[in-house]
Amino acid sequence: MTVTLLPLQEMIRAIRSARTQCEERGVIQRECAAIRAQFRQADNGGRSHNLAKLLYVHMLGYPAHFGQMECVRMIASPRYSEKRVGYLGAMMLLDEKQDASLLITNSIKNDLSNSNQYIQSLALCTLACMGSAEMCRDLAPEIDRLLRASNSYIKKKAALCAVHIVRKVHDLGELFTKAARSLLTEKNHGVVHGAVVLITELCERNSETLERFRKTVPDLVQIMKGLVISGYSPDHDVAGISDPFLQVRILRLLRILGRNNEGASDAMNDLLAQVATNTDSTKTVGNAVLYETVLTVLDIKSESGLRVLAVNILGRFLLNNDRNIRYIAMTSLQKIVGTDHNAVQRHRGTIVDCLKDQDASVKRRALDLSLALVSASNIRSMMKELLSFLSSCPPELRSQTASGIFNAAERYAPSQRWHIDTILHVLTTAGGDVRDETVPNLIQLITNTSELHCYTVHKLYRALLSDISQQPLVQVACWCIGEYGDLLLRGECQETEPVQVTEDDVLDVLETVLQSHMSFPSTRGFALTATMKLSTRITENVDRIRSIVSIYGSCIDVELQQRAVEYNALFKKYDHMRAAVLERMPVIEKNSQGHINGETIKESQTVKVKPGDLLFKRLMHSPWLNTDLKLMQPSTLSVFSVVATVTVYEKDGVTVTLSCEKQSDSGLTVTLTASNSTESDIRGFTLQAAVPKSVQLHMKAPSGDSLPARGAAKVTQMVVLNNPNKVQLAYLQLVSEVFDLSPIFYSFGSQNI
Amino acid sequence: MFEVMKFEWAGRSGLIAFRSSQSFVCCLISALTKAGTTKTCQPIKIIMFALVANQKVVRDWPCFGVVLGGSFLPRGGYTVLLFKMQFMLLFSRQGKLRLQKWYVPLSDKEKKKITRELVQTVLARKPKMCSFLEWRDLKIVYKRYASLYFCCAIEDQDNELITLEIIHRYVELLDKYFGSVCELDIIFNFEKAYFILDEFLLGGEAQETSKKNVLKAIEQADLLQEKSHSA
Repeated sequence: MTVTLLPLQEMIRAIRSARTQCEERGVIQRECAAIRAQFRQADNGGRSHNLAKLLYVHMLGYPAHFGQMECVRMIASPRYSEKRVGYLGAMMLLDEKQDASLLITNSIKNDLSNSNQYIQSLALCTLACMGSAEMCRDLAPEIDRLLRASNSYIKKKAALCAVHIVRKVHDLGELFTKAARSLLTEKNHGVVHGAVVLITELCERNSETLERFRKTVPDLVQIMKGLVISGYSPDHDVAGISDPFLQVRILRLLRILGRNNEGASDAMNDLLAQVATNTDSTKTVGNAVLYETVLTVLDIKSESGLRVLAVNILGRFLLNNDRNIRYIAMTSLQKIVGTDHNAVQRHRGTIVDCLKDQDASVKRRALDLSLALVSASNIRSMMKELLSFLSSCPPELRSQTASGIFNAAERYAPSQRWHIDTILHVLTTAGGDVRDETVPNLIQLITNTSELHCYTVHKLYRALLSDISQQPLVQVACWCIGEYGDLLLRGECQETEPVQVTEDDVLDVLETVLQSHMSFPSTRGFALTATMKLSTRITENVDRIRSIVSIYGSCIDVELQQRAVEYNALFKKYDHMRAAVLERMPVIEKNSQGHINGETIKESQTVKVKPGDLLFKRLMHSPWLNTDLKLMQPSTLSVFSVVATVTVYEKDGVTVTLSCEKQSDSGLTVTLTASNSTESDIRGFTLQAAVPKSVQLHMKAPSGDSLPARGAAKVTQMVVLNNPNKVQLAYLQLVSEVFDLSPIFYSFGSQNI
Repeated sequence: MFEVMKFEWAGRSGLIAFRSSQSFVCCLISALTKAGTTKTCQPIKIIMFALVANQKVVRDWPCFGVVLGGSFLPRGGYTVLLFKMQFMLLFSRQGKLRLQKWYVPLSDKEKKKITRELVQTVLARKPKMCSFLEWRDLKIVYKRYASLYFCCAIEDQDNELITLEIIHRYVELLDKYFGSVCELDIIFNFEKAYFILDEFLLGGEAQETSKKNVLKAIEQADLLQEKSHSA
């Protein structure tokens, strides 16, 4: 069957002129069928064209795996035109995951020793692009040979090929060290560039190599000086900078060599100062070199004058019209804001201005940096800026901004009133994006600021009048009105303009919240409780409250219904206790129990059983972890007794169980028991644990460190935990065998790192 | 603030974020990946302890805490810096791919997924925006020349500005070769575009910093191709 084949360009034209996807598919299927048929035939003149067509089709997203063997055959062809396309096909179709990739190893090997440099170049390029670890191991000696004895065209390619090899198989780095060293002395820029990249890679992988290459710092400084000072060199010039690519690479290598080493850093000090001052910064390319210089200066042990110079360059970048430059300036400043805080503070004004930039990435960087720069001295002005940013920032940044503002306010608030005002401002602007703990935190803050109760309740009342859609704000407002409603009704306030309200007005507001479809169930709970509390703080409308409460006794929402029923009971049967139950809240301790859900502690009428505050989770056969983790439901036992024995690990004959006993309100004793049912002993067995900061850990000595075979004896270890903050703890535990057969549990403690 | 480090171990790489104090070190780690890929590899058998206690996760990766023995963590707070171009894509304003060069081994399916996502992300950017964006754990540097977007993915520590220069150099080479290059040239002569790229970059790194030398080499290779074809 003869099939007419379109030449490559004709086929491309045909595909492009297809009006529908279906038509395009038709053209491609026809062509692919013809190509496949041609592949099966013996050698003919059009092989490279056919493969090129297939590669085009592949780029459009259609399957082309039947071309893999053709690539292998073409690579082995003596014709350069066929080799060229064959190697291109190999790079596109044969990555290291395909089995066929190994078949080309031999061809590559032969081509590496070809007399024609362009053929050698094809082989080097392909190896550096898709060479697998095995291929790299096989061909490394060839590459080494080429590094030493060939022309500069090949040497530069061989150097980069060596880089790829080292990235794939780290140990082979040893092989190239000597050759790399000698390449530095060559004149050809391409070769020197390749050598610098290779040396960088070798130093990164192996600290001994790094030590050895430190001696090259003077040579590198010389080369760099030559580039910076030399006159115009037409071959390598880019907008007045001589070979910026090589300059950047050398600077990077200097950075790696100068890190943590005084001597090397001193040797490059002058050069860096020179580059920093002499490089023309009007074009991007100059800024690229300056940027690399700044990164180097900040990473090595540079003297303070040089560091100041570097930070000033970043400051200049911040004022640059080019948005890209501003962006990278902020990225770099972010890295050093911890160590060179004062230097970065000087540019605070510019950074804050960047908050108003159009670009979302720039805004994000500016936000991160602004939050890092907040301090006690600038808190007021910074907060103004941050609050105005919050009202106009993109939605994805809002919650980060809100939490940043809260943290800053907590640390540096100049006064309580300012703190409360700030939090209220955030709640009104971005109420929907704040974290859940905000409500209880704010309530606690308000309770503890007894002198501002009147002011706070007035402010919140006004806020509630204008807007009841922001749930956290509404919740806090309801709570406050419930607590301090009497201050509101008194009609006098020192800090702010008092409101003249009647009891009915206040109850109206609360009822609006209760009935509004915008209110969450939890918010309505707040409102109902507040209404109830007011029954002891108002004098005339207690009946109205009674009726509200009894209406909600038949509410659909179970939570509200339960509350209403209980409050009803409080009115009917326990009226004598009502005043005592609903009196003013005491000052809340920072970490007390009632803190967790923001509800009043006085909810003692409704006993809510919360899950035990220590959760044990075991994950069921997690797909990315080949080890056994099993999931268990959090225990729903009450807080007061948790005694459970749980098997947390069971693999390869080793079993570890965990049992805990609650000793006190915040203390827990965990007993870990390990046993071994394999045929051989396990030695050097240790158990360790790590916990978050607020929890105190005390590990008692284990009963032993070897697990005898066949469960002859067990190893037990006791761990005492003290969890005063009732922080949730959850942990996953995986065991592995790193050495031989002895499972080793690692942990972090300060002695390990 | 968490300190973030990249580390390599047994041919695999990952990210650690840690903060240390006198009494403990809290460590969140991202999934270990095989070096050079974005795919999660088969689990290395290590013991890990994860503590999630109201801590903000540093990255959106599946998280385990890992404790690292002294022989594994680099000494003295030394960080392995990674600079490498992972891939380069050229695509039109309609999202059609014109050239793709991958310097990391990924399956076809993964490449398609990455391409699709990235093309969508870049095309959604407005004209005056920054040329850099953070995507997954890579930095993307892109620039639009006429109707084509040139897009490079570089690793965390690489210099974005010099990558812009690399993109610019490649465009200049294409321009010189084709004589005032346009998108159609790259469509109909895609294999030549690849050959030029392969003469300029090798394994993701620039191999020749002189424009003249690159063009000379291409010329010579083309002559050789002519000769062998007619032979």
